[in-house]
Amino acid sequence: METINLKLHVWRQKGPNDAGGFKVYEAKDISTHASFLEMLDVVNERLLEQGEEPIAFDHDCREGICGMCGMVINGRPHGPQRETTACQLHMRQFKNGDEIWIEPWRAKAFPVVKDLVVNRSAFDRIIQAGGYISVRTGSARDANEIPIPKENADLAFEAAACIGCGACVAACPNASASLFTAAKIAHLALVPQGQAERQDRVRKMVAQMDAEGFGHCTNHYECMAACPKNIDVDFIAKMNRDFLKSMVTARKDVASRDKD
Amino acid sequence: MRGARCTGQQLLLGAYQALERQIDAGTVEMHPRTEMLDVIVIDGVARGIVTRDMITGKIAAHTADVVLLATGGYGNVFYLSTNAKGCNVTATWRAHRKGAFFANPCYTQIHPTCIPVSGSYQSKLTLMSESLRNDGRVWVPKNKEDCSKKPSEIPESDRDYYLERIYPSFGNLVPRDIASRRAKFMCDQGFGVGPEVDGVRRGVYLDFRDAIKRLGEKAVSERYGNLFDMYERITGESPYKYPMRIYPATHYTMGGLWVDYNLMSTIPGLFVGGEANFSDHGANRLGASALMQGLADGYFVLPYTLGNYLARTKFTAVSDDHPEVKGALEAVKERISKLLGVGGSRSPDSFHRELGHIIWDYCGMSRTAEGLQTALQKIPALREEFWQNLKVVGTGEELNQTLEKAGRVADFLEMGELMCLDALKRDESCGGHFREEHQTAEGEAKRDDDNYQYVAAWEWTGEAGKQKLNKETLDFEYVKPSQRSYK
Repeated sequence: METINLKLHVWRQKGPNDAGGFKVYEAKDISTHASFLEMLDVVNERLLEQGEEPIAFDHDCREGICGMCGMVINGRPHGPQRETTACQLHMRQFKNGDEIWIEPWRAKAFPVVKDLVVNRSAFDRIIQAGGYISVRTGSARDANEIPIPKENADLAFEAAACIGCGACVAACPNASASLFTAAKIAHLALVPQGQAERQDRVRKMVAQMDAEGFGHCTNHYECMAACPKNIDVDFIAKMNRDFLKSMVTARKDVASRDKD
Repeated sequence: MRGARCTGQQLLLGAYQALERQIDAGTVEMHPRTEMLDVIVIDGVARGIVTRDMITGKIAAHTADVVLLATGGYGNVFYLSTNAKGCNVTATWRAHRKGAFFANPCYTQIHPTCIPVSGSYQSKLTLMSESLRNDGRVWVPKNKEDCSKKPSEIPESDRDYYLERIYPSFGNLVPRDIASRRAKFMCDQGFGVGPEVDGVRRGVYLDFRDAIKRLGEKAVSERYGNLFDMYERITGESPYKYPMRIYPATHYTMGGLWVDYNLMSTIPGLFVGGEANFSDHGANRLGASALMQGLADGYFVLPYTLGNYLARTKFTAVSDDHPEVKGALEAVKERISKLLGVGGSRSPDSFHRELGHIIWDYCGMSRTAEGLQTALQKIPALREEFWQNLKVVGTGEELNQTLEKAGRVADFLEMGELMCLDALKRDESCGGHFREEHQTAEGEAKRDDDNYQYVAAWEWTGEAGKQKLNKETLDFEYVKPSQRSYK
């Protein structure tokens, strides 16, 4: 089995108030079949043996579907391979002797908890602002009773593929959460069940995105390049259009409720 | 997006959105990055839990009128499984130690279509969707000397499509336990393919050549494209060109905390839903039925039985300085300082991996009395070493992932022993529990309904490995159990 030796520059930060900095680690005899996180596991076990604290990083499913893992690898969120989360990135993408810089997501709205772990609860609060359908589950009509054109269903599914990992924010020079928010809005705006609250939803979710301290979209499209699920920036245009439309056509009572 | 697997993810996202809605409405208070470490039991009734905030390390008591655990299964006792890395048995195990019976722990499901282990660094196994067996054909070489060859060099006549051969009417679509056991059997016999790990090739081919020929690459890509892409990312091989290699991996645990029809455990006031309980599946879970259980427990049972319990029970207020509350808090704190203070030289992961090997070898797809007895020697010894030679750095007052793992491994080291004990006691084969001593002439599971038609509900008696067996007899009034046949 092929193995490679690497030099890692890893961001270490004790906590949110610590300045943090890069530390260098040798990662020797790493199998090219190992995933990036498995490489970090190996490094961590060796650190622990030496009595040093292992590098903290988030992860869970390690199948690219939960959205927990995420780190900037050589300047790119989730690393060099397109449409691939860090957990699905494998070491055959690297060469013997490579130097790798590993950092946490960097955004004001994602404060560092420790090392590579950041707090992404801002995303939760964007969803709480309206990223759902207020129909009580259990009483909804059978989905098959409501015909949906296949193109719409497919497009909604593409938006729904978002795992909320935050790579879009990390990739954006403005640390904008537009791609995430737009995907969540489009997911519901493209299906009949999402229509009733459509205007309300877009305003509230965009307002929450702003309140969390995320920047605005200025069309760099870095988010789409970094997105492990290949979410299209077209959804941002759709979000902006819905937002504008809701400002013009919103019912007064709804609009005034926003100000409460 | 195509293929299955997205199904589970989308269900999860839907549930997540519905939950966030309730958080916004103020009906749910969310505690992210918080781990439950004990149940508070007062006068035999569950009255709260003890948690650790994984960011600050703060240990807190949460008192309540009722406790509901929906904390998942214990598949990660195998170390390698298709479960997410964070899955663990701690919540249910802590409840078991406080008096909740643990039922049928030996019933585990090994899923046939997973990506094989590639090396010792392996941290988890990836499940490829079951749907692949609709169009993929499972085979191994007929001749052992072909196992190291490229699949393209093996002519059709030298391929053994063993599932189609043995089970002509079900073919590649036999149930999970059978497909898994047959794959293990072929590899044990020396017909496995792929790289050797620990001297054995553990993999069988799942070949889409014929499906691509029949349907075209485009149609196959529409059905399985995202799975094929994922397979290629992990293995570096394209399933469009080479057959996939698959091997079984632990996927689901049918056992769990014993519950009654109201989903209440043997501790009054402690309810258990989903994979965390033992109900519904028996010895063998079929595809999609975990979802069925989640829906049934969450929609149709618990909203009514919990309400009923709350309405019928008189509660006296529990203050935070109640001796049981303080005791539970102290016990959790003490355990954490014990884990931090062992001062040995081995990582929690190294113990977990070793435990996983023992469970996989002796309490995995097929089991023998002799093997289980060996495991029952090895696990307590490993547990003893754990408490003498564990190494955890850092403190308990911060994010400390090594400490989190250590606590979970400590519980797996007790739970794994009970699993083997249960597997040894159940001297028959049934569903996912296959005892080699009990098979039909054709090598299928052979039950012993006269002696083992019961739920094994294990009762904690104060020491790991010394649980007492309680039997709940099963009565089948309408559908009588019979021998399965997929010939």
